Amino acid sequence: MTITDSRPARSRPPLGLGSSLTAAYYGLGLAGLIVAEVGLVLVLLGWVLLAVAAIASVPVGPGDGHQRILLLLLFLTAGLAIGRFFVSPVLLALRQLAGLTRRLAGEWCGVPIAESYQPPPADPAQLPYTARLRWLLTDAATWRDLRWVVVNVLVGWILAAASAALIVVGGVAFLVPVVSRAIPPPAFPGNTKPVLAVIGCAMVVTGVAAAPWLLRGYGLLAARILAPSGQAELVSRVRHLSQTRSEALDTGAAEIRRIERDLHDGAQARLVAMGMTLDAAGQIIDTNPDAARALLAEARDSSVKALAELRALVRGIHPPVLADRGLTDAVQALTLDTPMRIHLASDLYGRPPAPVESAAYFAVSELLANVSKHAEARETWIDIRYTDGMLRIGVTDNGHGGADPARGSGLRGIERRLASFDGILAISSPPGGPTAVTMEIPCELSLPKTSSS
Amino acid sequence: MRVVIAEDLFLLRDGLTRMLQAHGLEITSAVDNGADLLAAVAKDRPDVAIVDVRLPPTFTDEGIRAALAARREVPGLPVLVLSQYVEQLYARELLASGGGGIGYLLKDRVFDSAQFVDAVRRVAGGGTAMDPEVIARLLARNTGNVNVGALSPREREVLALMAEGRSNVAIAQRMVITERAVAKHTASIFLKLDLQPSDDDNRRVLAVLAYLEG
Repeated sequence: MTITDSRPARSRPPLGLGSSLTAAYYGLGLAGLIVAEVGLVLVLLGWVLLAVAAIASVPVGPGDGHQRILLLLLFLTAGLAIGRFFVSPVLLALRQLAGLTRRLAGEWCGVPIAESYQPPPADPAQLPYTARLRWLLTDAATWRDLRWVVVNVLVGWILAAASAALIVVGGVAFLVPVVSRAIPPPAFPGNTKPVLAVIGCAMVVTGVAAAPWLLRGYGLLAARILAPSGQAELVSRVRHLSQTRSEALDTGAAEIRRIERDLHDGAQARLVAMGMTLDAAGQIIDTNPDAARALLAEARDSSVKALAELRALVRGIHPPVLADRGLTDAVQALTLDTPMRIHLASDLYGRPPAPVESAAYFAVSELLANVSKHAEARETWIDIRYTDGMLRIGVTDNGHGGADPARGSGLRGIERRLASFDGILAISSPPGGPTAVTMEIPCELSLPKTSSS
Repeated sequence: MRVVIAEDLFLLRDGLTRMLQAHGLEITSAVDNGADLLAAVAKDRPDVAIVDVRLPPTFTDEGIRAALAARREVPGLPVLVLSQYVEQLYARELLASGGGGIGYLLKDRVFDSAQFVDAVRRVAGGGTAMDPEVIARLLARNTGNVNVGALSPREREVLALMAEGRSNVAIAQRMVITERAVAKHTASIFLKLDLQPSDDDNRRVLAVLAYLEG
């Protein structure tokens, strides 16, 4: 198992006029975000500023220094008393903005940044105020967000807005002397029309050329400040692993208990009955051959039933086709047993590790069962793909939608089982349909087994 | 009738051999893997080969692949595949090899030796022997089909037995009705499912199976 690498990629940003202009435009967007961040921080610090402003505006005569300090303290206390209620909403809003920055850094700057907030001890809305505050303030990620605002105000905005500014100012410098007849008065020797045009032109060219690099630089800067430190990443990874491990163990234990119960009540009981029937038949075979024959037939029926139960059990543990042929054929076999029109597409050439294969199979099986139970769908599409170390399975139906993972335990169960493999499940099911479920499991493929026949 | 058996578990191989011999069949070879099966089939030219699905070395679907390979080498070789479980996927692959003479049964069916030997003879004669469980699942899959829904319970029963590969005589015996009644039912089934009626038992089975697989 590898730790997800959130370090920025070192590739060159896309170059070209179009992408440069887009980059400059994106830079402006990010600069807009900075304004919003500063606004939030002002709300946080507003009460301090207000206090200072209030003191400054109070008309006091000379020699009233003590009075002024007293007033300052009074206002500060009042400010603290009121301001503390702003702290957690502002920090949470700041989180949203930082989250947006992270996302945009990935989408626009090509520098994806991982998120690592501490999970709240309970539903944040239900938390008492001080507990919520403690949760927020003890999180290193909160302080990273605040640090980011400071860095943004100091350096970030230059990187974000520089290219757009260069292009606009340069453009104006180039166009104004060309368009307007009025030449600005020479402030320094050589400040004439052609010189201004050349300077403007150079600014535009510089702005366009630098835009992708500046945008990438902004992304790298954001990653430097906002990305979780190696340790924080490890901590969140360990938390995830221990949680999924204990869930996997629980599921495994429950499964073994179910199998034990099934064997105990099913095949085992039938074998006992069979033994007794055979014994009885042996005792009367000389005195009453007809009755003995009937008992033997009964024993045979018992053995057929025991076999059928064992077969059903094996299917539930590990379906034979899955073992024989792998995921695609096992899903195909599943579709043959489902009374619904199912289109299966797969480009799976190797085989995922057996546990992944099994989890994926049972996930598809459960989803299909859901579709035929709830969706009233006429058709279902299953799509199995493997690209870049990721097994992707899509199950889409044209039923009436409205599937809610929070309501049904089935989807939650699949999600939990996939989580043991760092897999995820995404569902889109608007009322009226269609329902699309996508699963992703990172895994390696082994080469297909060569047939020996 | 000359039979080749491929089954890796000694107990089952021995049991099958003895049971078939008791019914007067001749076992020319009893092997325990796919490669030996191909050699035995080429050498003995049997009337039918009985093959277990799981064979060494992979213990997966070797038997299916060996059976199909044997049919490629000896075209028209009747093959009866035995398995601990039945899968429509495999049934379909076996049927797709074409030409009849295909059987696919659960191992449990050997408990009823008379019926089992009957199935072996049917396959050897170029007929079909599909396991009732395969058929039951095929029918379950067609529950939404209006044409199948239009069949009477009696007709459904006849359809299932027909799909297993049984002749009218066998169906009549099984259902304790006259052969004429069976013929009436089959005619009605073919009409309702909109299939070409056929007197040839095997072509009839394949048509029904193809219809149910949709």
